[in-house]
Amino acid sequence: MASLIACPHCGPRPKEEFTVRGDAGITRPAPDAGEDAWYAYVYLRDNPRGRHKEHWHHTSGCRRWLVVERDTMTHAIYKVTDASAPGETA
Amino acid sequence: MSSYRLSKGGRIDRTKPLDFTFDGKPMQGFTGDTLASALLANGRQLVGRSFKYHRPRGILTAGAAEPNALVTIGEGGRTEANTRATLVELYRGLTAKSQNRWPSVDFDLGAVNSLLSPFLGAGFYYKTFMWPAAFWEKVYEPIIRKAAGLGRATYQPDPDSYEKCWAHCDLLVIGAGPSGLAAALTAGRAGARVILADEGFEPGGSLLSETAPVGGKSAADLLTKTLSELADLPNVRIFSRTTVFGWYDGNVFGAVESVQKNTATVDPNRPVERIWRIAAREAILASGAEERPLVFGGNDIPGVMMAGAMRSYLNRQAIAPGKSTVIFTNDASGYATAADLEAAGLNIAAIVDSRPDAARTWSGRARILPSAVVVDANGGKNLKGVTVLNGGRTETIEADALGMSGGWSPIIHLACHRGAKPVWSDAKAAFLAPERQEGLTIAGAAAGIGSVEACLADGAGKAVSVLQPLGFSNATAAFATATDTATVSKPLWRIPGSKGKAFVDYQNDVHLKDLGLAVSEGYGHVELAKRYTTNGMATDQGKLSNINAIGILAEARKVSPADVGTTTFRPFYTPLSFGALTGASRGKHFQPVRKSPLHDWAKKNGAVFVETGLWYRSSWFPKTGETTWRESVDREVLNVRENAGICDVSTLGKIEIFGKDAAEFLNRVYCNAFLKLPIGKARYGLMLREDGMIYDDGTTSRLGETHFFMTTTTAYAAGVMNHLEFCAQALWPDLDVQFSSSTDQWAQIAVAGPKSRLILQTLVDEDISDAAFPFLGAKEVSLCGGKLTGRLFRISFSGELAYELAVPAGYGEAIADAIMEAGAPHGICPYGVEALGVMRIEKGHVTHSEINGTVIPSDLGFAKMVSTTKPDFIGKAMLSREGMTAEDRLSLVGVKPLDPSTTFKTGSHILADGATPSLDNDQGYVSSSCYSPNLGSTIGLALVKHGPKRHGEHVTVWNDLKNEYTKAVLCSPVFFDPENGKLHG
Repeated sequence: MASLIACPHCGPRPKEEFTVRGDAGITRPAPDAGEDAWYAYVYLRDNPRGRHKEHWHHTSGCRRWLVVERDTMTHAIYKVTDASAPGETA
Repeated sequence: MSSYRLSKGGRIDRTKPLDFTFDGKPMQGFTGDTLASALLANGRQLVGRSFKYHRPRGILTAGAAEPNALVTIGEGGRTEANTRATLVELYRGLTAKSQNRWPSVDFDLGAVNSLLSPFLGAGFYYKTFMWPAAFWEKVYEPIIRKAAGLGRATYQPDPDSYEKCWAHCDLLVIGAGPSGLAAALTAGRAGARVILADEGFEPGGSLLSETAPVGGKSAADLLTKTLSELADLPNVRIFSRTTVFGWYDGNVFGAVESVQKNTATVDPNRPVERIWRIAAREAILASGAEERPLVFGGNDIPGVMMAGAMRSYLNRQAIAPGKSTVIFTNDASGYATAADLEAAGLNIAAIVDSRPDAARTWSGRARILPSAVVVDANGGKNLKGVTVLNGGRTETIEADALGMSGGWSPIIHLACHRGAKPVWSDAKAAFLAPERQEGLTIAGAAAGIGSVEACLADGAGKAVSVLQPLGFSNATAAFATATDTATVSKPLWRIPGSKGKAFVDYQNDVHLKDLGLAVSEGYGHVELAKRYTTNGMATDQGKLSNINAIGILAEARKVSPADVGTTTFRPFYTPLSFGALTGASRGKHFQPVRKSPLHDWAKKNGAVFVETGLWYRSSWFPKTGETTWRESVDREVLNVRENAGICDVSTLGKIEIFGKDAAEFLNRVYCNAFLKLPIGKARYGLMLREDGMIYDDGTTSRLGETHFFMTTTTAYAAGVMNHLEFCAQALWPDLDVQFSSSTDQWAQIAVAGPKSRLILQTLVDEDISDAAFPFLGAKEVSLCGGKLTGRLFRISFSGELAYELAVPAGYGEAIADAIMEAGAPHGICPYGVEALGVMRIEKGHVTHSEINGTVIPSDLGFAKMVSTTKPDFIGKAMLSREGMTAEDRLSLVGVKPLDPSTTFKTGSHILADGATPSLDNDQGYVSSSCYSPNLGSTIGLALVKHGPKRHGEHVTVWNDLKNEYTKAVLCSPVFFDPENGKLHG
């Protein structure tokens, strides 16, 4: 029912305030990266068991996009970072 | 009859009598009674009929695990079925009814099922009622549902309110028995924020019925002293009548508090139940243990009760179980009950103990039968006596009450809600959950500890150990360490040699033979046996029966209970009302209603509203004499094209975009160019998804060098905002750009028609002639002689000379009134979204009917809008994929019937002229259609293979729902004023 996400701007907030987008481990390719790279970026997703980085939007809060690193099996959240932080940009 | 209530003792208040009814019969209890204890006090042992066999059933327990005493409480909309009488706090005016009986609980015709019992064994659903297949749904199931079952829900609306809220604490203590109280006191003294939750109306747990001294002092005094100290600690909150029902991610616990379930006069300003979500840094599970029934023949006859429950009713509510009681035990609990009954002057007929040597410490009067078992309880609606097997000899003992104890099972449900598996312990003869998981520690009887002193010590000690890492280094155990003096007996899973049915799961009427049958038929796995026999299902989820069932399965399979394992524990621990789960989300509060700032203006002009998402939009404005919506819409369309009309377009999404990189940003999110959009100009923009499909469209205007104003479609307003934020924050954080949604800040009004300029010029202070303010102009304007500043856009969805005027929301109605007044001499009329739709179809303008997630710009004739020079934009890379350039993509085309007296509907398919409908012959579909009063015919927009190359081709429009075929012709999607003469007028 309930879990909390520690927004780096707002502190721990109920997950109902957030919207999940999906895999944050992918990086938008360069426009000329070729069909395979774009195909992978748009369509191919891993469904890992364990640690996974995802984009979550604090829709009903500060409206920042966040990178949430969580465990897909235990639902433990390891780290939440602003999506614009160095090294996190998609 | 009040002979079951003793004249003294107990924790009831005899000065506060409470009247209630059971099955219409007036009865009386006292403050401090549960419904169950009050029924017992009134000599009412038979309170329900069993699920399948309709056997008479009495009150078995004094707590949450009660499988039998399920009653319907309340009247009308407050009717609540399947309520456990053992947890219902008695109140004045309570009305309770028994369930699953007809015509009455004392005389139940359904009891004939007992005679049919050879056919109603485990799996009978699967073995009978198999043929004919169609009979299951229509005949068998309704009959079974009527005969078998629980209480009935009411169809009347619930008059009460419910709420949900959050609570936060350092330590949540679940259960206010000895270990819970010790933990709460330890934490409270250390200054931690503590929540102590307990399902009962009086905290104390087993201390409430404990007569033996605890650490040399009275248990009652210890309880009073502890509760009063806790009450004085401002950092401790005690939630009584609150069941913690689930343990969730992030150490959040769900709990339901009964706020006004203990009164017949509900205060309408307060909820009756409240759901708490408790975010706890640490939690201690002190939920205690459940006493196990013994499985012998007739163990369900009213009068048979758990020994611990008997003790609780005696010591808390001064209830005598009967005139003559037999105790059947393989545990010390039976002796504690026997001692208290004797102390109260009640007769014990015998203590039957399956163990050879357990009676060494007994100093009471009652005789003890060691190494003996009760094989059968005798009686019908009431217990008459028991048959005892004593060293090979059978003996019958008269008794009207039997207290049984098969040992104790720790209540570990919550600790297993997040995936932990219970582990069998031979030493404790019990399934135990991991004593420590991150955020949750189990203490006391729930951890397999027996004696009260040891529970107090355990609760206090564990509180210290979880508090210290939280920074409460001063935490000191409130109780001294103590050795657990309780002994654990070898479990007695079943009594062989019974004549009668020996029940394992009372609520589901599962008896010993059913489990044997499950094993012999190959369903011995614990999860399969549950489904095959229904053991452990329904409202109690096997709280009382599961461990015995596991033991019996283990014996039948000749393995250890460890090898059988348990079924999965899932929330909720006990049933929750739908009212509590729904909370405030009912009726009008289910979702918000969004009203445009021009809602009242539209209403006073007679608008008929339509719900679009959360919005109410004005659909059309009927005039006196108009009897159909089409009459009104046709008139509105013709009038706009002839004179002028005013339409509320405030629901369109509006986003203010700021920043020195705003233009560059827009250039990347739209497929067409925006970098060089001049200040004071609007531009139609197409936004793609990364896969190349069109996502949304709208106009974006440049109001300043670093300020743009974007409009989106009504439906995608929120989605586009999220998308822009994602692009800016996650994709291109180096760009200097910010957004603010201003949808609700602006009232936006479309004024369209050949006379629109004439009308608006009377309000707008600046010159809006075609030369001064040409098509796609966008600027701030002064209104009504400088009284107000608004934004004016020369854009057109209708194809007419048209403007959209935005003013701060609060001024919307006044400005709309002023436009209506200025326009009156020119024949202005209000028009709604229906007329808007007709005019856009006449002009071939697309909406999300066409932008349906499968189309790319070239499909809609927008190929030239897509920039070929921009290095990058969202969707660019995927637009050149193989399928995107295919010749036969479905593309936009107009369609109209050959005979204007015929028509077709949106969603109909396009077939080559005269072709039969098939997947191969499918050429596309009608995406939008309407009646055009200007053309005097139905017209439509369609997505058709090779569409633009087929203008003039005759086709068949096929509607499969009505099997209608319409001869039609494909044409340009622009039906009206193809030269756009009116637009620039």
